[in-house]
Amino acid sequence: MQFFFEVLIGGLLSGVLYALVALGFVLIYKASGVFNFAQGAMVFFAALTFVGFLEILPGWTGWEEGGRAVFWLAFVLSLAAMVVLAIATEKFVLRPLVNQPPITLFMATIGLTFLVEGIAQGIWGANVRGLNLGIADVPIEYMMDNFNILISSFDVFAAAVAAVLVAALALFFQYTRIGRALRAVADDHQAALSIGIPLRHIWVIVWAVAGFVALVAGMIWGARNGVQFALTFTALKALPVLILGGFTSVPGAIVGGLIIGASEKLAEVYVGPFVGGGIESWFPYILALGFLLFRPEGLFGEKHIDRV
Amino acid sequence: MNLKKTVILGAAVAGLLGSSMAIAAEQFIGLPSYRVGPYAAGGSGIFGGWIDYMQMINERDGGINGVKLAWEECETEYNNARGVECYERLKEKGETGNSVFQPLSTGITYSVLDKVAKDKIPLVTMGYGRTDAADGRVFPYVFPLITTYWSQATTMIKYIAGKEGGTDKLKGKKIALLYHDSAYGKESHAVLEKMAERYGYELTKLAVAHPGNEQQSQWLQIRQLRPDWVILWGWGVMNPTALKSAAKTGFSREKMVGVWWSGAEEDTVPAGSAAKGFTAAGYNVAGENYPVIKDIEKFVYAKGHGNMEDKGRIGSVYYNRGVVHGLITVEAIRKAQEKFGKGKALTGEQVRWGFENLDMDDKRLGELGATGFLPPLKTSCLDHEGSGKVKYQQWDGNKWNVVTDWIDADKELVRGMIEESAAAYAKEKGITPRDCSKEM
Repeated sequence: MQFFFEVLIGGLLSGVLYALVALGFVLIYKASGVFNFAQGAMVFFAALTFVGFLEILPGWTGWEEGGRAVFWLAFVLSLAAMVVLAIATEKFVLRPLVNQPPITLFMATIGLTFLVEGIAQGIWGANVRGLNLGIADVPIEYMMDNFNILISSFDVFAAAVAAVLVAALALFFQYTRIGRALRAVADDHQAALSIGIPLRHIWVIVWAVAGFVALVAGMIWGARNGVQFALTFTALKALPVLILGGFTSVPGAIVGGLIIGASEKLAEVYVGPFVGGGIESWFPYILALGFLLFRPEGLFGEKHIDRV
Repeated sequence: MNLKKTVILGAAVAGLLGSSMAIAAEQFIGLPSYRVGPYAAGGSGIFGGWIDYMQMINERDGGINGVKLAWEECETEYNNARGVECYERLKEKGETGNSVFQPLSTGITYSVLDKVAKDKIPLVTMGYGRTDAADGRVFPYVFPLITTYWSQATTMIKYIAGKEGGTDKLKGKKIALLYHDSAYGKESHAVLEKMAERYGYELTKLAVAHPGNEQQSQWLQIRQLRPDWVILWGWGVMNPTALKSAAKTGFSREKMVGVWWSGAEEDTVPAGSAAKGFTAAGYNVAGENYPVIKDIEKFVYAKGHGNMEDKGRIGSVYYNRGVVHGLITVEAIRKAQEKFGKGKALTGEQVRWGFENLDMDDKRLGELGATGFLPPLKTSCLDHEGSGKVKYQQWDGNKWNVVTDWIDADKELVRGMIEESAAAYAKEKGITPRDCSKEM
């Protein structure tokens, strides 16, 4: 039983990390109805920019390498880079495509993916980098000593960061003017425009917030596995989370992440050996498809009713 | 000017042009590289080292017997379709066409496998590709040079046996194979299983789904299993993730042995301190203290002609692997020139002969400034692998250090499997194997 709980808790904590990436998708989908295929590339771009600044800032400023000042300046500059990316995306990709069918916008984000990946490697190079956030990825001793359950302190830290982020975003959407404007734009572009909501500003804001989420996700995943191109693959982990939780729900992303994380780990351990193992890549999709049969809009997605 | 003078002048001009054309003979090498995309970190290091070596040969020696090396890169992004496109685009380039195709991708290797024999272009796959292509009778144009995955797997068991105190001590030991869930990852299964039968160790295979950035469940299973050794047959992000997960679960990195695609700086640096103590195989070693690397620094970088943007990567595992690619390619062309004419640009068919008649013993490696840098190599019509030797390197937290001499593969076991598999392929494809006694 101890092993079962170990797998379950580990899966839940992994699920929070998936949810962190899924959040970026949800934000943009909520505000613009666009499925942003470039979210994984944004995670890579953000993390690579962050470690890139970490490398060059000590030389520019004379500050201590690995110090707090360099860390926070790199964070702020990376955030600024994500805002610039958001502005550029709105100006060159979204603005010319206003009122085009969603599939057109989706295709545009596929193009954006290649562009962002190329720009990231073009600016910072293709080298794989390590990233140390100062949080040790070691088992929590208390859990090991008392329950013989292995839980990583880093995973708990990441889960806490994700929880704070989700709470902050939920409050932002629910209780701020911008949040309400975002939801209005998500409901109907033209109606939102007619009551004076500036669509372009809203899109820039939401892409910038998604960029911020990508930066946080990139830092956590980068610290876990290294900052490298594979960060773009984190998007693959987010897709079944979105199908399950719904494309428009922030809490849905977190609940979906937990379900996917826990179930894929349990399936790998208890089902995997009977089918040759390595089922983590496809099992979440099967699970998500199963959910789709019963709730096409996902667990927390908005029910879409059309008048016939 | 009378007719006679005109003819003489014309002949002289033609002679001069002819001689200048002979001086300008170039050997073209198409490079299907990948400098962007998922595996750009490895690609930029390997192709950078390779190009630097060829540049050094041009700068230091004026080419191979006066034949300058010319090359062109074609970006594959490690994508099969693009790889085939690059193959087609490069094959007619240069005055004699492409001399050799080395895609650094097993997928692209399989995609062009049938084309190379038809186009008469040697396909060289060092440390990847199709293992049974080592049987040159069935695969005359394919060269899985130096060592294959099967050879490597046998050296891994030899390495572990050495640490345990002999092969007799392997009985009852538990070895977990953590592998990338792909054809590449499964390549070692048959060999490791055969060796398990022979030596009595218990082999547990644990698949990791691509890309391998999540391994919690596999490492929890390893924690339960408590193996004596873990063999890491990883690729890309799977490697640092495995090392970090091992640290998290408290499994000693000193008891982990990696494949050569797990044993580069790109695999250990992202894992930070978790990688310390990890050992991996290599058919080339890391380090700058080899005359061949010093010559590259002297004749290429000192003149500002280096290919690497980050000079700090010179001497890294991947960079040196690229130098090995250059070294063997140049040696094959040199060998072929001895047979087909020094100072001439050769066709792919002629270069193929060079690859099949390589003889790089310790003396020759010494002359090339590469003693200990790669193992001695001798190819033949029968044997397109040529060596099978592997060294092991250990990561000390900052750099790789060689910890063994060249370890020989279990040739008897591997060769039998290669011939069996190649014969099955020949039967399936209707290929009549060459009679090597008639080759020279």
